[in-house]
This record gives sequence, structure tokens and C-alpha cells, in this order.
Amino acid sequence: MTERATQPLPGPSDWSFELIEQYHAVIRETAERFGLDTYPNQLEIITAEQMMDAYASVGMPVNYRHWSYGKEFISNEKRYRRGHMGLAYEIVINANPCISYLMEENTLAMQALVIAHAAYGHNSFFKGNYLFRMWTDATSIIDYLVYARNYVTECEERHGLDAVEQLLDSCHALMNHGVDRYRRPSKLNLAQEKAMRSEREAYAQQQVNDLWRTLPRKADKAAANAPARRYPEEPQENLLYFIEKNAPLLEPWQREVVRIVRKVAQYFYPQRQTQVMNEGWATFWHHHLLNTMYDDGHLTDGVMIEWLKSHTNVVYQPPAGHKHYSGINPYALGFAMYSDIKRMCEQPTEEDRRWFPDVAGADWLATLNQAMRNFKDESFIGQYLSPRLMRELRLFSIVDDEHDEELEVVAIHDDAGYRRVREALSRQYDLAHREPNIQVWNVNLRGDRALTLRHVQHNDRPLDEGAAEVLKHVARLWGFGVQLESVNSAGDVSQSWTASATPAD
Amino acid sequence: MLQQIIDRRLAGKNKSIGNRERFLRRHKDQIREAVKRAVDGRGIRDLVQGEDVHIPRRDISEPVFSHGPGGQRETVHPGNDDYLRGDRIERPPPGGSGSGGSGASDSGEGEDDFVFHLSKEEFMQVFFDDLALPNLARTTLADTPEFKTHRAGFSSDGNPSNLHVGRSMRGAIGRRIAVGSESRRELTRLEAQLDQLLSHPQPSPHEHEIAALRIDIEALRARLARIPYLDPIDLRYRSRVRVPVPTTKAVMFCLMDVSGSMDESRKDLSKRFFILLYLFLTRHYERIDIVFIRHHTQAQEVDEHNFFHSMETGGTVVSSALVLMDEIARARYPTSEWNIFGAQASDGDNWHHDSGRCRELLAGRILPLCRYFAYVQVADEEQNLWDEYAALAAENPVFAMRKATAAAHIYPVFRDLFKKEGVAA
Repeated sequence: MTERATQPLPGPSDWSFELIEQYHAVIRETAERFGLDTYPNQLEIITAEQMMDAYASVGMPVNYRHWSYGKEFISNEKRYRRGHMGLAYEIVINANPCISYLMEENTLAMQALVIAHAAYGHNSFFKGNYLFRMWTDATSIIDYLVYARNYVTECEERHGLDAVEQLLDSCHALMNHGVDRYRRPSKLNLAQEKAMRSEREAYAQQQVNDLWRTLPRKADKAAANAPARRYPEEPQENLLYFIEKNAPLLEPWQREVVRIVRKVAQYFYPQRQTQVMNEGWATFWHHHLLNTMYDDGHLTDGVMIEWLKSHTNVVYQPPAGHKHYSGINPYALGFAMYSDIKRMCEQPTEEDRRWFPDVAGADWLATLNQAMRNFKDESFIGQYLSPRLMRELRLFSIVDDEHDEELEVVAIHDDAGYRRVREALSRQYDLAHREPNIQVWNVNLRGDRALTLRHVQHNDRPLDEGAAEVLKHVARLWGFGVQLESVNSAGDVSQSWTASATPAD
Repeated sequence: MLQQIIDRRLAGKNKSIGNRERFLRRHKDQIREAVKRAVDGRGIRDLVQGEDVHIPRRDISEPVFSHGPGGQRETVHPGNDDYLRGDRIERPPPGGSGSGGSGASDSGEGEDDFVFHLSKEEFMQVFFDDLALPNLARTTLADTPEFKTHRAGFSSDGNPSNLHVGRSMRGAIGRRIAVGSESRRELTRLEAQLDQLLSHPQPSPHEHEIAALRIDIEALRARLARIPYLDPIDLRYRSRVRVPVPTTKAVMFCLMDVSGSMDESRKDLSKRFFILLYLFLTRHYERIDIVFIRHHTQAQEVDEHNFFHSMETGGTVVSSALVLMDEIARARYPTSEWNIFGAQASDGDNWHHDSGRCRELLAGRILPLCRYFAYVQVADEEQNLWDEYAALAAENPVFAMRKATAAAHIYPVFRDLFKKEGVAA
């Protein structure tokens, strides 16, 4: 137990650099007491406009230029100026050192909240969670983005704004399908990237040769009755990777741009899979750190009330049917789950012992750490959502079947429903479930080199009509005709689209 | 170790200006259309402001593969009030909220247009896109009396207010090091020698040498001390040079008929034309004078307010205005310094004996002075003034004429008059 501070930190509403440093020192000390392992912190003060700039480039300090970021900026700016939208209080970047942006407009209490939330909560999550450890390299992301920006600019100068814009449009359309879900990618390293680029370009051009083979095979006899060889031999889920390596008509610089988009998508992939965990973790820790600081006598009542108000807003979960309801609030769910795990460790009930024999009564810090490090949203919920929390949140599960006139409530927060609700919620956060499963199925090597993609429907859920537009983008990248088949659970093709190659321009 | 907090606030905003440019570029056609509509509908005072541009949302959507409605889906929601397992709920109408657990719409605006604000500069950019001043040979440099000063490095003389302290001190340090180095080396050598001699046991056999060394050392020290800390040759001054600048002054003559036949709507058309020309010139010249001349049977130079707002009636003698313009131009705006532009608006109604004289005045006296002279007729009827002018336009490239009979025509006519050579309007 540390000694109680003789005097609380000053709590005026305006911040100053000295005050932030004082608060930061105490927060860091408190965080170290709980053993939060973080990258070094770099705090940066920015203005609202800079915050919107950061929004526009997907939260990164640098990024290549594209009109869609301009669109994003314009709509954010408009909504902000009209007061429809508050800006986030912070943005934190998964880099080493971990960069946290603090907004100039924040009060001192908010700055303290933000430092605890971003610089210790998110930061330790970035450093600890297995997905981030495995898929992203915090030390080199900024370098890589600088490289990407320069490379794209160079391409714009050399090949024209239009050509680059069209290419990026097409790549962005496939961005969600440009990640390796299971295979671990090599980490980004700028020096190696550069050294390997020319080598890769030459090699990649050779690789597409199979598609170009026009000489007849020596023996016609076998070809006639042998089953047509599939290419690729196994279906591939990473569409951008397949295109980068196999599209016959792409120039080397185009392949490199595809690769850049793919790498950036891969970098953000863990964030998309750990929304609940990440935000919940950061929220849990700002709550716990600031409360501890209050108990130690560091915070004044005024500061305390102010951040608590903001905390309450952040974790507010409107009930279904409420006019503000738009799905489950990841902050609320994550915060509730971590708090619940801590409760189960410290004050387990008989029910907890039955459901979570490993957790009930264990050391809460170690348990929480384990939960943060080794899961993603899907498995985290599947593992740790307790019956008690389901009752508190009053969760219920609804099935919407197109063959049925009405929706059916299939499970609620009762003994019969706990497992079903938990499973359904867990699946709801499974990216593979949320996004259509589309794979490269075949390339017609003998004929028109057309590419076939296949969508395997999950629970007979069809694709929406936007698929036709996306397919045009695929055709632009592929250079030849493309078709997309959607296969339902019975194995029949229920929807199909085709797009012919865009004329060379 | 306490990390530094970095203040980024001054480190440039508008980092995404490049993205914005790309966005505008992509939607150029819609923006141009919006600008055109805006100009047609606007009052004169606020002709050039920013403008809200509407773009249909489907034009800026970025398609991705996603699930459509249908099939079977199970979603979990919080806040159960009174449902039990097996309860059946009426299907909410499509598009209603509450069905997509995580697929909440981020736009929140549905099918509305995407609206954004074009700043004044961007508006002007689009407004005058592809337009250029014809005959843009600028008035000769030789006799321009205008100079601009700008920095040109450093010089060794100048006045005290231009003294550059940093540079001067840097020079002084260099000089002190360079001038003193020989003596300092010698001094070090002698001192070492002296120390060596002094280390011998007393009494020393080298008394003489020691005394001589001491004198030398003193002399060297004195010499070193005499090296001035700051010498006049160290001083550096910021150098500023005067360079002649090409003249960027223009004068614009606005000639308007205010006779009885010019009603309010015709005057309004004329004003629009003048304002467009004025705005356009402001993009090319730093300083612009405007001379307002109105006429019925007599011409008069007036200020802007009277020009646009006062009412006059009577007959029309166009040449009176041209005579006045000629006088003013020759008296006040020598062509060696001023680029002269003329803009005339009229309904084409003129005392019929006067039109021939107008043509002579223009051809003989005025057009040789002008960079460009544009005539806009705000009525459809072609009278003798139009015919005379048409003959003039055929033979003189500095002169151009068009008709505009509705507010919506003004902008296209203007574009037509000033279109860049080789670019379709």
C-alpha cells in the first residue's frame, strides 16, 4: 500500500504542460504498480483541425493521398462544425513509441482520462495482445507509411493522377479481402522492403507466365480427356494477394501499389478483430487507474466528477428499441466484461464457480492479463461472458429467417438461453461471419483467362447488389473478364455476376 | 525518465489538403454545374462566395462486398424488457434501425446527397477555370517606375538596422581563431619549455633562459590580448536589393447606357457582366482601377454607387461615352504603365447618325490603347450600332462582341469572350 498523498494534484479546468506532466507522472506510477507493460509513450497536443486530418487518414500521422480521405475529411468537418459530432478526445497509434494525440480543447481532467485510457490502456493492449504481436510491427509502421506515401506520389507523377486513383479505388474495394487470415505474414521492414522491391517485381512478372502460355502443350492426347487443371489449385481467400501475384496485365508499379494497400489492410486487421477487447481494456484501465489515484488522494473531487461524467457517457448502452440504439456499444460491453472478470476473481458466487472454475477466486491481475493477451473479440466473449453479466445487460437473441414472416426470440438471459446467447454474440464478432466469404475459385487458363470468384453463403445470406460494382473493380485489376458465383448451403449457385474487362485506357 | 510532451499544434494543419484536391478533381463536373447554377441565381453583391455543392451519394460511394438482406441471421441485443424464448416479433420495415447488431449506418443520412462547402477561392478557381486574358503582352518593362525589394544574402556593408548579429559573431570567432593560432601555438610551446626549466632543482643553472622565456611569453600574451573581439571586417549586414517589377496595374472602363430604353433587368445584366470582368481581372492584376462612365445623350464619370443605382432617362448618344473614355485614358492612364480594358454594355439603341462615329472612335483612338474591349448587347434586336460594331469586330482582334438577353446567358457569354485559345468553352 502506498502512502496517501498529502495534497491532491491541482485541478483547474485549463491544462498546462507542467500540469499534464505532473498528472502523467502519477498515472505512470500507478500503472506501474499494476504492472501494465507498455511501449514508451509519446504524448502530442493537437488542434481540432489536426484531429480531423488524422481522422481522414485513418488515424495515422501519414498516409498516401486518395480522394476518399478527402471525402471523409469534408464530411467530418461539416458534421463537426454543425455540432452533429463530437470529435474523439484522443487518437492513439499502434507504434513504438506509442503516439497519443491529445486534443487542445480538452480540459485537464479529460487530458488525465485520455492519458490513462490511451497511453496506458490501449498502449498495453497493443503491446500485449497476441494478434498485434503476431501481425503488426509497431516499430516500423510509420516508416512504411512514409514509404507508401512517397511511392504513391512518385507513381502519380510518373503515371498520372487518374491511373493511380483508379488503381487505388479498385484496391480499396477489395481491401477487406486483402488480408491473410491464418497465415502469418512477414513483418514490415522498410529496409528489406526496398531492397526486395526490384527483385520482387522481376520475379512477379515471371510468375504470371503460366497465364500467358500460348504454345500448345506437346501432347494433345492427354489434354483431351484429362480433367481441366484448376488454377489456383486451392481456392484462395486473399484476393489482393492473388491479384498482385497473378494478374497478367499489371505493370510492376501497379503490383507494388496493390501490395501497399494489402499491407495497410493487414496492419488494421487486428484492430478490426479486437474492438470490444481493446476499447474495453482501455476503458477498464482508465477507470481503475483514476479511481486508484483518487483513493491515494491525488485527485480532487472536481476532477473526479468530470471524468466520471465523460466515462458514463462512453459506456452508455441504450436498450434495443431505444431511439439511440444502434447495436451494442463496444466500450460498454468490453468494460462490463473486464469488470465482471475482476469481480469473479474477488467475489465469486456459487454460479461463477460452476461456470468459471479457473477464474473464480484467482488473482485478478493475472487473470485479466491472460484474458487480454490471448483472445480476440470472438473468443473473448465465448470464453468470458458470464451468466450474471448477460442478466445485467438483459441480452436476448433474435433469429431473422427470410422464410419466416416474423422474427423469433430464440434465447434470452435465462438458464436455457445462456449458452445460446453467448455463442450468438461471439459469432457476431467473428469477422469471417460478418464479412462475406469470397475466394478465388478458378482462372480459365485455356480460354479467355477469365477469373472466377466464389462466395460461399453462410446461413444462406446473399450478397448485396453492390457486388456488381466491386466486380468491375476486380475486372479492372485482373485485366480480363471476371465472374462471381454465390453458392448457397445446398451447393447451388444462387446468384451470379459477371464483369467484362474494362477497355484499356 | 519523463517523456516530453510534444506540442504539434503549430505543425501545420490542412495535412489532408491533397486529399481534398483529389476529391474536388474527381467531382469536377458536378462542381462546375453547381457553380454555374449558383451564378445564375445570385444577386450581384454576393456573386462570388463559396457555394454548397450537392453530389448524389451513389456517385461517391465506395463499394465493398457485403451481405444483403435475406437468408438466416441471428443477432444479440441488450435491454430485453419482456420477451421470453419463443416470442415472435413483427418484422420491422426494411431500413429501420435495430436489426443490424454491428452494421449500424455510419453516415446516418441515408440516401441524401453528399453536401459540402466550396470555399471562395475554390469557387473562383472553378468559376474562371480555363479562361485567360487575351493579348496578354504586358506593358514593357523598360520604363516601369515600380520596384520591389527583396533579400539577397549578406553583404559587408549596410546600415546598422540591417546588422545580422549571428553572422557577424560567427565571422568574429573565425577571425579570432585564425589570427591567433600561430601565437597560441608558440605560447603553448614556450610555456611547456618554461615548465620544464622550472622543474629543475633550485638554484637553477638556467636563470637567463627562464627570464628570456618569461619576456617572450609576456609578449605573446600581449599580442593575443590585442586581437580584437569584434572587428569592423566581421560585420555582416542583411542585403536587400531593389528589382524592377513588371507592371501589374490595370484599369477597367465600364461604359453603360442608362437611357430610357435600358430597364432594370437590362441594367442588371450589364452589372453582372461588369462584375465578372472585375473579378476576373483581380486574378491577374495586383492593382485595378475602375472608371465608371454612364451615358444617355451625354456621358458622365460617376462613382460605383451612382453607376449602378441612379435612374436616368433620355435619348442615346453612345459616342459621348467613348469620347470621355478616350479623354480619361489619355489624361490619367498612360499605356506604358497601365493595361487598359474596356467593357461596354448597351441595348443597342443609338441615335442613328452616331453609330458610324462610334466605330471610327473605337478603331482610330480607343482600340490602339486597349488590351481588350468587349461589347455586350443586352437586347436581341440588331440595330445600326450592332452592324457597325460587327464590321469592326471582323477586322480587329482586340474587339469582341456578344449578345446576352437573360441572366443565365451572362456567364456563358463571358466564358466565350475569355476562353483560352484552343480550349473549348
